[in-house]
Amino acid sequence: MSPVLDLLLNLLVKNGLLTAFALVGATMWLSYQLSAKLTRGRLHGSALAIMLGLLAAYVAGVSTGGKNGVVDVKLLGGVGLLGGAMLRDFAIVSTAYGATLSDMRKCGVSGVVSLLLGVVLSFVVGAGVALAFGYTDAVSVATIGAGAVTYIVGPVTGAAIGASSELIALSIAAGLVKSVLVMVGAPLFARSIGLDNPRTAMVFGGMMGTTSGVCGALAAIDPRLVPYGAMTSTFYTGLGCLMGPSVLFFATKALLG
Amino acid sequence: MIIYGVGLLAICTLFGALVGDVLGLAIGVKANVGGVGFAMLLLLLLTEKLKRSGRFVPQSEQGIVFWTAMYIPVVVAMAAQQNVLGAVKGGPMAILAGVLATVVCFALIPVIDRIGLARRTLARAALDHPTGDGAA
Repeated sequence: MSPVLDLLLNLLVKNGLLTAFALVGATMWLSYQLSAKLTRGRLHGSALAIMLGLLAAYVAGVSTGGKNGVVDVKLLGGVGLLGGAMLRDFAIVSTAYGATLSDMRKCGVSGVVSLLLGVVLSFVVGAGVALAFGYTDAVSVATIGAGAVTYIVGPVTGAAIGASSELIALSIAAGLVKSVLVMVGAPLFARSIGLDNPRTAMVFGGMMGTTSGVCGALAAIDPRLVPYGAMTSTFYTGLGCLMGPSVLFFATKALLG
Repeated sequence: MIIYGVGLLAICTLFGALVGDVLGLAIGVKANVGGVGFAMLLLLLLTEKLKRSGRFVPQSEQGIVFWTAMYIPVVVAMAAQQNVLGAVKGGPMAILAGVLATVVCFALIPVIDRIGLARRTLARAALDHPTGDGAA
């Protein structure tokens, strides 16, 4: 190895978090380019970036045999800090700022009903699938159920109740499938469910929850509807993070004995 | 100052985590119970209150908004460190869970929408044609 290359690699390892910023920044840029050029914005850039992240983790897993995705590659250790529990929770909490309590009140009964039903129903369906696939312990079932809520609620719940990294990855995958499906499918079926007004957009955000999915879909249906769906879906993740490791986990535990 | 926003966000996140830890301890689970959710509620309440009293200026706001914008990149970094290889072995389940949850919830949107509408239409009808007994 040439001394200059050696120097560069050392520098990147020593400044791991900055390397991660640069790398994730480049990934986001690439994803938004691909999203605009290949899918004409139909598939949201953020969802594409997450898929690239999961793909990178898969490739790293195959090549290193480790369990921590790209973090097992020495050069990419900083990604572990950027995507670690501390900054993850910090960034998630900050998204609550996008919503206000007075706006939530305007949302009315149907908004609250859609939020509660959306979270609980997604969890129940996800948990049911986990049971059907032979999982019987409460931690596994609840983590996969929470993943069907969103790809944020899954890992938050999984981490809180002590699920393994494989389960957390599964729950993220389930949430990602949901996000991508909402993004791609909702514009196609928007007319059949009457999704063309702010009210229905709020219910849509509350039922589906996945913010990137909801915003991506609404941008494709009618950009003026985005803030309405975004508002309810902002509460969805918070509600899911609140209910996942508590009420929903305990209910699962009680039912599974 | 921007740090006020960042500081407030950090206080809310830490306090939420503390509440979650204490709640976990109280219920007897070795886990943080809903810490992120409590932190979000606290941030909502505090910023709303500070804004109303005019003490939360746009500059402080930027300290929070920056992290909101960093949320997707952080999730990307989080995705990149998961054990995807392990997840792929359980492939069909993740896909089925995601697909079913989406389809079931999506199909119910018109139903939930109608519940709210019916209530509102009923309320409006009651206002338009007030009946004698006044029971709403």
